[in-house]
Amino acid sequence: MQVEQTLEARNEKTLVGFWIYLMTDVVLFATLFATYMVLRNSTNGGPSGSDIFNLQFVLVETMLLLTSSFTAGLMIIAVRKSDVTQAAWWLIITFILGASFLGLELQEFTKLASEGNSWQHSAFLSGFFTLVGTHGLHIFFGLLWSVVLFVQLIKQGVTNNVSRRLSLFSMFWHFLDVIWIFIFTIVYLMGVIV
Amino acid sequence: MKKPLATYVIGFILSIFLTLLAYGTVTSHSFTASITIGLIVFFAVVQLFVQLTFFLHLGAESRPRWRLVTLGFGVLVVAIVVFGSLWIMNNLNYNMMHSPDKMQQYINKQAGF
Amino acid sequence: MFGRLSLDALPHDLITIGGAVTMLGGALLVIAALTFFKKWKWLFKEWLTSLDPKKIGVMYLIIAGIMLLRGVGDALLMRTQQALASDASGILNSDHFQQIFSAHGTIMIFFVAMGLIFGLFNLIVPMQIGSRDVAFPFLNSVSFWLFAVGFGLVNLSLMIGEFSAAGWLAYPPLSELQYSPGVGVDYWIWSLQIAGVGSLLSGINFFVTILKMRAPGMSLMKMPIFIWSVLGSLVLIMFAFPILTATLSMLSLDRLVGAHFFTTNAGGNAMMYINLIWAWGHPEVYILILPAFGIFSEVVATFSRKRLFGYTSMVWAIVAITFLSFTVWLHHFFTMGAGANVNAFFGIMTMVIAIPTGVKVFNWLFTMYRGRVKFATPMLWFMGFIVTFTLGGLAGVLMSVPAIDFQVHNSLFLVAHFHTMIIGGVVFGCFAGFTYWFPKFTGFTLNERLGRYAFWSWLIGFLLAFTPLYILGFMGATRRLDHYDASMGWQGLFIVAGVGVLLIGLGVFFQLLQLGYSIWKRNENRVQGDPWNGRTLEWTTSSPPPEYNFATIPEVSERDAFWMMKQTKHKIKPFKGTITVPKNSPLGLIIAIFAFMVGFGLVWHMFWMAGVGFIGILVCIIVRISSDETEHQVSINELAVEKGSN
Repeated sequence: MQVEQTLEARNEKTLVGFWIYLMTDVVLFATLFATYMVLRNSTNGGPSGSDIFNLQFVLVETMLLLTSSFTAGLMIIAVRKSDVTQAAWWLIITFILGASFLGLELQEFTKLASEGNSWQHSAFLSGFFTLVGTHGLHIFFGLLWSVVLFVQLIKQGVTNNVSRRLSLFSMFWHFLDVIWIFIFTIVYLMGVIV
Repeated sequence: MKKPLATYVIGFILSIFLTLLAYGTVTSHSFTASITIGLIVFFAVVQLFVQLTFFLHLGAESRPRWRLVTLGFGVLVVAIVVFGSLWIMNNLNYNMMHSPDKMQQYINKQAGF
Repeated sequence: MFGRLSLDALPHDLITIGGAVTMLGGALLVIAALTFFKKWKWLFKEWLTSLDPKKIGVMYLIIAGIMLLRGVGDALLMRTQQALASDASGILNSDHFQQIFSAHGTIMIFFVAMGLIFGLFNLIVPMQIGSRDVAFPFLNSVSFWLFAVGFGLVNLSLMIGEFSAAGWLAYPPLSELQYSPGVGVDYWIWSLQIAGVGSLLSGINFFVTILKMRAPGMSLMKMPIFIWSVLGSLVLIMFAFPILTATLSMLSLDRLVGAHFFTTNAGGNAMMYINLIWAWGHPEVYILILPAFGIFSEVVATFSRKRLFGYTSMVWAIVAITFLSFTVWLHHFFTMGAGANVNAFFGIMTMVIAIPTGVKVFNWLFTMYRGRVKFATPMLWFMGFIVTFTLGGLAGVLMSVPAIDFQVHNSLFLVAHFHTMIIGGVVFGCFAGFTYWFPKFTGFTLNERLGRYAFWSWLIGFLLAFTPLYILGFMGATRRLDHYDASMGWQGLFIVAGVGVLLIGLGVFFQLLQLGYSIWKRNENRVQGDPWNGRTLEWTTSSPPPEYNFATIPEVSERDAFWMMKQTKHKIKPFKGTITVPKNSPLGLIIAIFAFMVGFGLVWHMFWMAGVGFIGILVCIIVRISSDETEHQVSINELAVEKGSN
C-alpha cells in the first residue's frame, strides 16, 4: 500500500492541473470572441476589418507562431532524451520566433493607434484590440516564462522539475497557437470577407 | 509517444497546409461569402483537431482520460457561451424595429429558431 | 503620484464616519490583542504562512464571519430605512442607500457565501477522501490570500473613497464612467477580479485533489455525496469564473482606457454585459448551493442513522444540475427584450433544472423515513432548509414562466425568492456544516441549547423578514427603493420585515455567544474522533486531527467507508515512517500585498503603484518556480490511528 505518491503521480497531478487551467483559459477567450463577434459591426463610422486588416502580414505572423509551436515540440523531444544542448537551442529558436510574432503584432497595433484607430474609437476596435491583445499578452508571459526556464535548463540540466516545467510551457505554447487558429480565421479572414 | 518526431512533423505540415488553404479560399474570392465562411471555419476546426492530436497528444492519455473529459466540457461551455450569446444578442433586435411593417417582416423572418 | 487620491476620500458624514470608525476600531483591537499577548510570531508561523488546508479553511471562515456581520449590518440599515421611509426620507440619503445595497449583495455573495464554502472545502475535502493534503498546497495559500485582498479592498472602500452604487452586479451604463465617475465601481471591479482569480485557482486545485488524491479503493461511486456535490461546484467554478474575469476586464477597459464595450456611444452594447455577467452569474448561484446540498446529504444520513437514500440518483442529479446550470442564464433578463422563442427556451430549461433538485429533496426525506432521527442542531438547520428552500424554490419555478416573470421581475418577490435560496439553502447549509464538523476540528462540542436558540431566531427571523417581501412584490414594490408613497400601504409589511431582520441579528448574536461560551467551557465538553457516530473518513482521525490528517492512509472498499469499518470492526493498521509535508511559505502573503497594490493603484489611478505591484507578483512567481526546496520530511511515531468512540 502506498502512503506516498510516486514522482510520476506527482508530475501527473501538475500536468493535469495545468491542462485544466488551459481549459479555463479557453472559456476566457471564448467570452472575448463572443463579445468581438457581437460588436464587430459596430464601427462607429470608423474602419471595419476589411479596411484595416492586412492578410499577408497576418499570414507571416501565423507562420511564425506555428513554426514556434513546432519547435517547442522539437524541444520536448530533446528533453525526453535528456539532451540539454538540443533542448536549449530549440527553446531559443522558439523564443525568437515567438518574439518576432509579438514584434509584428505590436507593429500592427501601434500603426493602427497612430492612425487614430485605437480601441477608444469604436466597439469593434475595442473588441479587436482586446481579443488579439489578450492573446499577445499571453505570448508575452510565455516568452518571459521561457527565459526563466532557459536559465534553469542551463544551470540544472534536465532534472525532474525542469522537465516537468518545460512540458507545462510547451502545453501553454501549443495552446496559444490553437487560439491563434481561431483569431486568424474569425477575426482576420472573416473580417475581410464582405 | 510513438515516433515523436514524425508526430510533430506531420502536425506541422498539415497545419501549414490548412492555414494556406484557408488563406487561399479568402484571397481568391472564388466563393460566396457564406460558403467562404463555412470553408474557413471547417479548415480551422480541422486544424484544431490536428494540433490537439499531433502537438498536444490528446489521444495518448491512459485511462481515466481527464484531459479529454475536461476538454469536452470546456468545448461545450464555449459553444454555449458563444452561440448562446450570438443567438440572444441577435434576437434582441426582435423588439427594436422602427416601423410596424419592418417589425412584421422581421417577425416573419424569425419564425422558429 | 497620488493619482486621484486626496483627503476628500476620507469619510465626511456621520454614517460613513461611523462605519469607518467601527471597522478601524475592530482592526486596532485585534492588533492590540496580538501585541499584548505577544502573538505576532505565532500568527505568522502558524497561520499566515501555513499551507495546511485546515488552517487556511479556518481563515476563510473567519473572513466569512466578519463579512457576515457587515452584511447583516447593511441589511439592518436597509430594513430600517424602508420601515421608516413611507412619505419620509428615513435615515439614509439615496447615495448611501445605493452604496449599502450594492455592498450588501457583493459582500454576501462574494465574501460570505464563497468564503463559507471555500472554508468548508479546505477543511473537509481532503479528510473525506482520505488524503493528507490538497493537490497544490502553495496555490491554495495564494488563493486564500487573493480572497483576503478582495476582502481588504471592499472594506477599505468604506474608509477611503466610496463603494459602488451600481448594485452587486454593476450593470452598465450606470457602471460606466459617464454615470459613475468616482472610485466606487473601480473598488468593486478590482476586489472581485482579484478574489475571482483566487476562486478559479481553488476550483482547479480541489478538482485535481478529488480526481487524483482519493484513498485507495475509493472509486468515484464510493465517494461521499458531499464530495460529489463539491465536484459539481468545482466544475462550475472552473468554467464560469473565466467569464467573470473577461467581463470585468472589459468593463475596466471601458473605465480605464476609454474602450467602448458597454458604453452608450460609439457602438457599445450594455446588454452584452448583462448577457455575459449572468452567463457567469447563474452558475455562480449553483456553485454556492451544491456544496450546501452536499452538507445536507452528510448530515441527514448521519442523524437519521441510516445510509443516504438513492446514492446513484443523487449523483445523476448533481451531474444534471451542473450541466443545466449553463443553460438557464437568460432567465435573469427575460425582460431585456429578446423574442418569445429565446425566452421560451430558457424558461423551459429553468423548469427542467428544478427536477433534479426535487429528486434530491425526496432522497433526503426518504433517508429520514424509518431512520432513528436525532434532532441535534445540524439536523435542525436541515429542517429549516426543507421548509424554506422548497417554498422559495416554488417561487422560482413560478418566475421561470416568462409571462409571469414580466410581472415580478426586479420586484421584492424576486428579492424574497433569491434570499430564500441563499439563506434557506446556502447559509443554513453552511451553518449545518459548521455545527456538524466543529467538534472534529476543535476537539470539543458547541453548546446545543444556544445552537437551538440561534436556529429558531434565524428561522423565525427569516420568515418574518421575507414573507412580507413576497407579498410586497405582488403589491408592486420594486427592489432597491429608498422611499415610497404612504398611499401604497406598504409600511406595515416593511416594519414586520424589519422586526424579522432584528431577530436574525439575535440569531447571529446567539451564534457568537455559542462560540464564546463553548470555547470557555471546552474542557468540560471534550470529544474523541467520532462524536456523532459518523459514516465518513474524516471521523476516523483524532479531534482535532494531526497536521497530516492520516498517519495511515485508509483503504476503502465501500460507500460510507468509516461506517463499514465500524460494522466490520476493521482495525486500521498502525503506521511508522516518514511522510513529505510542504514547508510553510510567506509568498502567498507577499503576492497578496502586491495584488493589493495593483488593485488600490488601479482604483485611484496611481499607475506606478499598480505597475510595481504587478512586477512584484511576477517576481514572486519566478521565485516560487525557481525553488526546489519546498517540502520537508516528517516522521510519524504514532502506533495507531485513534478509532472513533461511541
